[in-house]
Amino acid sequence: MPEEITRLTHKYLRHDKKFPHIWCPGCGNGIVLGSLIRAIDRSGLHKDDVVLVSGIGCSGRMTVYADFNTLHTTHGRALTFATGIKLAKNSLHVIVIMGDGDATAIGGNHFIHAARRNMDLTAIIINNQIYGMTGGQQSPTTPYGSMTTTTPYGHIENAFSISELAMVAGASFVGRGTVFHVQLLDSLIERAIQKKGFSVVEILSNCHVQFGRRNKMGSPVKMMKWFQEHAVTMQKAKQMNTEDLEGNVTIGVLTDSDKPSYLEKYQLVQEQAKASLKK
Amino acid sequence: MNRTGAKRKNILLMQGNEAIVEGALAAGCRFFAGYPITPASEISEGMSIRLPQMDGTFIQMEDEIASIGAVIGASLAGVKSMTATSGPGFSLMQENIGFACMAEVPCVIVNVMRGGPSTGLPTHPSQGDVMQARWGTHGDHPIIVLAVSTVRDSFEITVEAFNLSEKYRVPVIILSDEAVAHTRETVTMPSPEEIKIIDRIKPEMPPEWYIPYEVTSTGVPPMAVFGEGYPYHITGLSHDVRGFPTQRPDETDELIRRLYRKITQGFHEIQKIKSFMMGDAEIAVIAYGSVTRSARQAVLDVRQLGIRAGLLQLVTLFPFPRESVETVLNQCRAVLVPEMNLGQISREVKRVNQKDTRVTTYNRVDGQLITPEEIYSQLIQMK
Repeated sequence: MPEEITRLTHKYLRHDKKFPHIWCPGCGNGIVLGSLIRAIDRSGLHKDDVVLVSGIGCSGRMTVYADFNTLHTTHGRALTFATGIKLAKNSLHVIVIMGDGDATAIGGNHFIHAARRNMDLTAIIINNQIYGMTGGQQSPTTPYGSMTTTTPYGHIENAFSISELAMVAGASFVGRGTVFHVQLLDSLIERAIQKKGFSVVEILSNCHVQFGRRNKMGSPVKMMKWFQEHAVTMQKAKQMNTEDLEGNVTIGVLTDSDKPSYLEKYQLVQEQAKASLKK
Repeated sequence: MNRTGAKRKNILLMQGNEAIVEGALAAGCRFFAGYPITPASEISEGMSIRLPQMDGTFIQMEDEIASIGAVIGASLAGVKSMTATSGPGFSLMQENIGFACMAEVPCVIVNVMRGGPSTGLPTHPSQGDVMQARWGTHGDHPIIVLAVSTVRDSFEITVEAFNLSEKYRVPVIILSDEAVAHTRETVTMPSPEEIKIIDRIKPEMPPEWYIPYEVTSTGVPPMAVFGEGYPYHITGLSHDVRGFPTQRPDETDELIRRLYRKITQGFHEIQKIKSFMMGDAEIAVIAYGSVTRSARQAVLDVRQLGIRAGLLQLVTLFPFPRESVETVLNQCRAVLVPEMNLGQISREVKRVNQKDTRVTTYNRVDGQLITPEEIYSQLIQMK
């Protein structure tokens, strides 16, 4: 096992250049990065065929550490840059890393439209329910009633469910995991990468520094335990009633369908356009 | 040119927006992302027909922010890319235009100017976005801004815009306006051999030697394409020569100054002007865009009265063609700068006026064109 970790570290991380990283001790981002490189390794993708795109925020720094073609874009716009890359060179596997604020506040419009188009991208969204890098302000996934630096009297807005948003907007694959359930996370990311069309993996993560601390959720370990205790697999959730599910979060594959992707359809447009020239 | 795009003759009747489409395709543009907006929509429509015919890609994005994002992404994947918009959309694009400046991503942005501010006059021409084109995005940044005045211009300058963008790795803004965009004129199309095309320089060294933001003598580093064996990091953060974020003052200073230097060193070929009857001119009009056309007629008309007038047309607005303007200011007694704004380029002209040459402005902001008669009567008063 240690040899395996060393192999992955040396192969996929800019281990001799860009470390130590900037994430706080106990942050879930590193766990997601680990899952991501294991999933890419298992998928057998060539490193040079992978483009990792990120937005702004703590998650945005992931592109500095991973040794692929990496692009650190503007806040909320990662999916738009990724769309251009994929359409211009469709042999590339384009994976987009975003945070909850990045993907569903400033980038919310891009997120629903990428899903609606079923654009051939993999979106990995680390949902820690807070703006971590800027100092703990409320995000679109901050739970009702939470304390944040911009909701000093408690949060009065309702939270988005990122996965459900992606499903209704038209993503072909949606999975949800947590940074506690790492093996599930590995397989969700692997399946998402291999999926045609728009695939989404929402990952519940802990920001004990900015969110947990203000909401009395304790150490990273305690927050992990919360994930362990409150995550319900899809199989189990089917046997539970709505009341029992209240306050819990379902994890696993939420949707997986085989509808035509944007690229498949645009290739038909190109054929049609070229045929019109010959007439 | 008919709507299905088949070329039949070399002399074509087309509008300015269509000429921009053809110019872009001739320059090698194979990706376009845009969002509908008057008076630029014909560019999107033309691209949606033409690009898939040549294995290119057109996509209508959810807004202008997304459009410029996709354009930058496509350019990083090695494809020449463009978007087109008007004032309100141009404002939305500014943040990502700054990204393209900082990360040195070639791309072309067309702004078909309409009356502003805000929603303004969607169907009327204006030149109100000149300073926004130069300084719209935040931070110190170099950028190239070109202005078109005719349909033929729209073709040629679009080709030029791509060439400069590729050569200098900088976004190039094309300023058109509603009048040029929707005017139909015959254009003699150049044959493909007559069109000079410049492509970005790619790295040729072994990948382990590639330094993505290397300080080169031209100031322009070779640009790798995703998936061609040179993986590297691209960011809008201040970065070191390897592309990784840095906060070191020495590295940041070197980066920002190099971004400027690469444009400064290219002044001789970037700053384009056209002189008309300037040889013996005592008074001159300095104009750009559709106003140039009225100015040209006015110069011819006042010459009938024996007034020695000339015209300096600015094709490149930024970097401001200081040398050419200074020459005119030194040669002439008085200079007229007519603009469809309340004085944006005239400020630049006054800034570089080292003598006491009189600089007169003539401005319209009512959505109407400046006519030859108006310029004529201004010139008469200046004689």
